[in-house]
Amino acid sequence: MNNSNTHTISVLVANKPGVLVRIALVFARRAYNIDSLVVSPTVNPKYSRMTITAKGDPETLDQIIKNVDKLVDIVHCGEHDATHSIEKELALFKIKASSAAKTFIKKYSSQYNISIDDTSDSYLIIEQTGTTVQLDEFEALIRKYGLVELVRTGKVLIAKGREST
Amino acid sequence: MYFHLHVKIFMVIYKSLFMEEFMTKKISTTSLATPINGAQALIKCLENFGVEYIFGLSGGAAIPIFDALVGSKIKLILVRHEQGATHMADGYARATGKPGVVLVTSGPGATNTVTGILTAQMDSVPMIVLCGQTISPMLGKDAFQEADIFGITMPVVKHSYLVKETNAIPRVVKEAWHITQNGRPGPVLLDLPKDITSAPFTGSTLDPEMDIPGFKDTAKAKKADIIKMAKLFKGAKKPLLLVGHGAVIAKASDAVKKLAEKLNAPVTNTLLGKGCFPETHRLSMGMLGMHGTAYANKALINCDLILSIGSRWDDRINGNNKEFCVNAKKLHIDIDFAEINKIVKPDAWVVGDAKEILEELIKLVDPLDTKEWLKELDFYRKEYPLKYSNDKGLTAQLVIDTCYKVTKGKAIVTTDVGQHQMWAAQFYLSDRGNDWISSGGAGTMGYGFPSAIGAQFGRPKDLVVAIVGDGGFQMTLCELATAFINKLPVKVLIIDNKYLGMVRQWQELFFDNRLSGVDLEGNPDFVKLAEAYGIKAFHMSKVSECQDVMKQAMAYPGPCVIHAEVIKEDNVFPMVPAGKSAHHMIIEAPTEKLEKPTGST
Repeated sequence: MNNSNTHTISVLVANKPGVLVRIALVFARRAYNIDSLVVSPTVNPKYSRMTITAKGDPETLDQIIKNVDKLVDIVHCGEHDATHSIEKELALFKIKASSAAKTFIKKYSSQYNISIDDTSDSYLIIEQTGTTVQLDEFEALIRKYGLVELVRTGKVLIAKGREST
Repeated sequence: MYFHLHVKIFMVIYKSLFMEEFMTKKISTTSLATPINGAQALIKCLENFGVEYIFGLSGGAAIPIFDALVGSKIKLILVRHEQGATHMADGYARATGKPGVVLVTSGPGATNTVTGILTAQMDSVPMIVLCGQTISPMLGKDAFQEADIFGITMPVVKHSYLVKETNAIPRVVKEAWHITQNGRPGPVLLDLPKDITSAPFTGSTLDPEMDIPGFKDTAKAKKADIIKMAKLFKGAKKPLLLVGHGAVIAKASDAVKKLAEKLNAPVTNTLLGKGCFPETHRLSMGMLGMHGTAYANKALINCDLILSIGSRWDDRINGNNKEFCVNAKKLHIDIDFAEINKIVKPDAWVVGDAKEILEELIKLVDPLDTKEWLKELDFYRKEYPLKYSNDKGLTAQLVIDTCYKVTKGKAIVTTDVGQHQMWAAQFYLSDRGNDWISSGGAGTMGYGFPSAIGAQFGRPKDLVVAIVGDGGFQMTLCELATAFINKLPVKVLIIDNKYLGMVRQWQELFFDNRLSGVDLEGNPDFVKLAEAYGIKAFHMSKVSECQDVMKQAMAYPGPCVIHAEVIKEDNVFPMVPAGKSAHHMIIEAPTEKLEKPTGST
């Protein structure tokens, strides 16, 4: 999921009907694939923050950012990178409970920042918070233990220091 | 004595009238004396903005708004089809620079405006489209004449509103009025449920604060960007200025002229840039691009610097951007940041108002030595002039050229789309930006006649000529009734070749003359048709009668139709095949078969 073609775009939007559709149309028209999209409230209840990760060539992305920024309901739209911001994502994994799985989880719990949320009906639900790369790595490992379901929130990001997101 | 008394009385009456107006104005912005509903608030706001006309067609969900127009200062122009209303508003806007206003009902009434909205969006035209809508509790429940016009039009509007609150109407209208004409203009749609327009307006003011924190007004151009651009002119031997619609909208005509004359640089224009720089000026190369003049395209191929002023380097000009002005420095002035780097990667660019930028740029550039360059272009101009022959019968070119001469180039010209549009662009030279009205980006057939009606409403004293094709005219001809009842002296010049000529040309040149879907067999008798509407009609089909008929028609005081039956099979040249660079321009009818074009149209 994380390669040089993946971009993280942060969009500050006014809470108006249709704003999500307007943004989606800009991406869809240019066949830009959205990997994840997170909408969350901001300090000011008038606005929301959208964090979008998407794949495609940088030139098209440049056009997309400009065209999203141009929309009347969008206050600001810009790309961010990991060096100037903190990015996090949360994942929930459902696996078949087994002693091997439990041993594995115990061993890696601090390295991958994971915890077991539920152990009912011989299934385990594991929660992980981390960067997209960390989540990808853990997902690859946990697959061996019978991964049944997987849900990820998509990346959220905030700019470091004085710079606004 | 009596005289003085009269004057005094008059003064008193005048003062009291004035005071009353002053008082009501004050009242209208604080509290409203008589209760009004949402629709009345809407119309009052539009009146306050100085809207003169609303082009519309009524329907159930819009009745409250039509009701509010009874006794209003705004004149309702009842059209015969909603597409016509949008093109009228569009023509009005382009001819006057003021936003056009459209009012239609829900469902099909609203969807019939989509083509007109696209046309306005593609060509950056300020327009407000008011749509009636089913009552808000029925939204999304497939109510009678319900269409999600807010959703349907999202990709073709600058902005849109689904109004859910009666008291929000004044704010929404004010925002729409601001958005449609500031920055890069474009259409704004208001979807107005009937219960919202019928409910009492209980707000305190018709002039509230706007709430559009995301709307970016035109950015002030950065001085450093202008300085960087100015430096690139140094040493240029073959400069070329490319004027687009943006320069017309920015009213940059004088600034373009000053810059061109200071630099001694030739100027070419896009289809919609026509007139911004006078096409009769010694430095004008006329229109460039797919059907531009050979000399304009030669200038494009050979220039060492090109400055686009409010043109978006679209594919009619830049058939193949890999081969586009490879050896030239490319400079770009645009009001819309999203146009920078979209098609062409410029060596320098400035975002902002074209007029302001040019006024700064003029101060920073020095005259260039372009004697050799102008001599070279003069050679092309003499070698490859626009030409036509009268040997085979009456041609569209002769008809349009005659129209140009008879009207002394002073008419506002609107067009449809196709061959006649290109011939009109080639032969009806334009000296004023707002006098050329044509659907460029969208290429909307049926645009010419209604837009002429709109232009005539906006500029009642000017001569307005709609140059239309027999195909396009039949798409919106029902507006003959609108022209007739409003006694609009619009002249409709129908170039009738009994074909969808541009497609026929393509089929002849690129598809072995396999004609498909282009023969307009069954055209009506346009003279009788006009007369059926009570409109005067003229007819011509011979070279010898062209001038006399044209003179009579242009001198006719009311609306009239001129039916010009021209030779059926004629092609527009020069032609740059779609998808190719201007190097591949075909100047005259080719003798061998051509490859199929790679570009779309």
